[in-house]
Amino acid sequence: MKEISLNILDIAQNSVKAGAETVRIELKETTETLFVSISDDGCGMKPDFLAAVTDPFTTTRTTRNVGLGIPLFKLACEQTGGEFSIVSRDSENFPTDHGTTTSALFYKTSIDYTPLGDVISTLTVLIQGAPEIRWVFTHTLPGGEVRLDTDELKEALGGVPLSHPEVVAWIADYLKEQYDGANGNPCPSI
Amino acid sequence: MKSLEELAAIRERMQNKVVLREGSGDIRVVVGMATCGIAAGARPVLNAFVEEVNREGLSDKVTVTQTGCIGICQFEPVVEVFEAGKEKVTYVKMTPEKAKEVVEKHLKGGKVITDYVIKDI
Repeated sequence: MKEISLNILDIAQNSVKAGAETVRIELKETTETLFVSISDDGCGMKPDFLAAVTDPFTTTRTTRNVGLGIPLFKLACEQTGGEFSIVSRDSENFPTDHGTTTSALFYKTSIDYTPLGDVISTLTVLIQGAPEIRWVFTHTLPGGEVRLDTDELKEALGGVPLSHPEVVAWIADYLKEQYDGANGNPCPSI
Repeated sequence: MKSLEELAAIRERMQNKVVLREGSGDIRVVVGMATCGIAAGARPVLNAFVEEVNREGLSDKVTVTQTGCIGICQFEPVVEVFEAGKEKVTYVKMTPEKAKEVVEKHLKGGKVITDYVIKDI
């Protein structure tokens, strides 16, 4: 993956597949570190699957027995000297309080740090693909904060789906404006 | 400054239109968005389709959706076009530029771009 924002997109797709109603993506950035957390209330994973999930030969997909999403994310943070964690409660054992939280700490000063990249594109793709989910995004930067809660948008939109192209375009502009305000992060697109 | 009022304006504009149903289009564009697709560049391809379909005023006719891995990872980014009564068209090794061309020539003009279609495998 060329950007951490692509890993975030990939990991968040697992939350979509897990049937989550709410997905929270939290980024906390200092001048030296980036902390990423993707948290959902989806079906979760049983302990034995969870224990094996960082192994590339563990996967939910049926086309072949290789799953690289989580191993790649883990590698991306660990190669900077950072840390990876995944915590999950499966819906069978935790019927009222299930879900998965995947988090990673990156050291931005490391030569092996992949840039965060185009977070806005990641969010618009996620919202466009799963407009029924409540997406809550926060990015704390040294110079300010960027946030988005799709529930607030839904209220203003009435019955118009979040995936409508005009709405998706509005969300991209809305986030870009916030990034311009918070530290002038250019958030380059590829 | 972007405000939620702008969303209310979009809502009003949509309500004036007869068609409000998502997915009512005749054509479905499906972009592979699993690890393999994402790593190969599916994100900008998806965004290009959404933007171009909107720009060309095709959003009532064309629905852009996402799917997981369809098993031909070496050809990612893969885009499938489904149209009622026609055979599925599978575009491979897509880029945002090719996506723009597909919207213009195929989705709008009705002509499949055979150069970008998967060859027999």
